[in-house]
Amino acid sequence: MNDIVEKIVAGDVRTVARLIRDIDDGMPEVREVLKDLYPHTGNAYVIGITGAPGVGKSTLVDQMVAHLRKRDKTVGVLAVDPTSPFSGGAILGDRVRMQRHSMDPGVFIRSLATRGHFGGLTQSTRSAIDVLDAMGKDYILVETVGVGQDEVDVVRSAHTTVIVVIPGMGDDIQAIKAGILEIGDIFLINKADREGCDKTMSDLRMMIEMDQKKYDRGAWKPPILKIQAVFDKGVAEFIDEIDKHARYLADTAGGLDFRASKTKVRQELGEMIKARLIEEVIDRLTESGDFDRAVESIIKGKIDPYTACENLVLPTLS
Amino acid sequence: MRQKRRVRVMVAKPGLDGHDRGARIIARAYRDAGFEVVYTGLHQTPEEIVAAAIQEDVDMIGLSSLAGAHKYLFLAVVELLREKAADDIVVCGGGIIPDDDIEKLKESGVKEVFTPGTPLDDIVKWVQNNVTPRQD
Repeated sequence: MNDIVEKIVAGDVRTVARLIRDIDDGMPEVREVLKDLYPHTGNAYVIGITGAPGVGKSTLVDQMVAHLRKRDKTVGVLAVDPTSPFSGGAILGDRVRMQRHSMDPGVFIRSLATRGHFGGLTQSTRSAIDVLDAMGKDYILVETVGVGQDEVDVVRSAHTTVIVVIPGMGDDIQAIKAGILEIGDIFLINKADREGCDKTMSDLRMMIEMDQKKYDRGAWKPPILKIQAVFDKGVAEFIDEIDKHARYLADTAGGLDFRASKTKVRQELGEMIKARLIEEVIDRLTESGDFDRAVESIIKGKIDPYTACENLVLPTLS
Repeated sequence: MRQKRRVRVMVAKPGLDGHDRGARIIARAYRDAGFEVVYTGLHQTPEEIVAAAIQEDVDMIGLSSLAGAHKYLFLAVVELLREKAADDIVVCGGGIIPDDDIEKLKESGVKEVFTPGTPLDDIVKWVQNNVTPRQD
C-alpha cells in the first residue's frame, strides 16, 4: 500500500492536513493517492450544514462536535468561507467558534476557502470528505459558506442536509421558492428566542406539508426544530433527529453507502468528468498558446467568441 | 484548472489578553495580499495554536500579544512546533514588545517581531519575502 495511504488510514494528522492542501491546490499527484484511498471510504456519516451568513452555523457545528464526542464518536469538520474575488485571499474564521476542540485527538477541523467555486462548497470538498472518511472519522460535518438561495452542492455529499434559518428572514413567499429550502432533511430555527420564531415555524411547516402526499408514500418528512445553539438548547434533540434520518436512509432509502447508490455515483462521476475535462482542455490550450491567440483575435475583432470557443474545444475532443 | 499553491497563514492570539483589533487588522491586510488567513480568535494556549496550525497546514503563524507574556507564549509555540517536527512553519509576532525581548525572541526561533507603528505594507512585504508555500 502507498505510504501516504497507510498513514492516512492510521489517522496521521499531519499527512491528512497536507493531503487536503494538495487537493485544494490541485496537485496532480493526489489523484493516485485518492484512487488508493477509495476502498477505505464509505464508513463515515456525512452531515451538511447550510444557511445564510450569520445564522449560527459554526456555533452549531461546535455544539454538534461536543455532543457527538460525548457519544464517543470521532468527528471531522470541513468549514468553508469565501475567497475574495479581488485579491484571492480569504479570512477563514469558522474555527473561532470551534477552537475548544482543537486539542481533542478525536476531532479534526479544517477551514477551506471557496477559491471561486460556486455552489456553497469548494472544488476540493468531495475529496476532502473522502480523506477524513478514510482517516476513520465516524461523522464528518460539512459547513457550507454562508449561502443565498441556490447553493445546493452540499446535498450531493451529505447523508443528512441541515438547513439553519433564523426568525424573521423573509415572508411566506420565500418559503415556496425553489432551491435551498428544497434540500433540507432537517430544518433548524436558531436564535429561537428572537421575535418572529412562531411565524417562521408556521411558514416552514406550511412549505413542508405541501408535500404531504410524498410522506404518505413513505418519504422522509423533514422535522423543524427550534434551537439556541449558543446556549446548547435543543442540540441534543437535533442529534436524535439525525439518528432517525440515518435509520430512515439505512432501512428504506437504499442504505448509507453512497458508493453503492446509482444516483450518487452518477452525480459524482459526472462532476468529476466535468472538472477533469475542463482542467485538461484549459491546460492543453494554455500550453500550446492557442488560448492566448484566440483572446487576441477576439480583441482585434477577427473572430467572435462563440466561433473561437468552438474552434478551440472541438479539436481537443476528437 | 490547475491551481497554484497559495500562502496559508494563521493569525492567533495566545494567552489572556483580550484585545484583538490589531490581529484583525493584520488578518485583513493578509487577506488583501491574497493569503488564506485562518483566524483562531482570543485566549488560545500555545498547544491549541500548534494543533490548529498543523490541522490547517499553514506556512506561517502570526502571534499577537499586548499583555507582556510574549516571551513565554511565543517561545512555547516555537518549542511545540519543534517537538511535533513542524518547525518548517515560520513563526512571527507582533505587539507591545520591548527591544531587549525582540533580540531574545529572534535568537530562539521567532523569525521576526513587529512593534506598533510598523506600516501594514511592510508586514505584508516581509511575509511575501520570507514565507513560501510548502513546496513538497
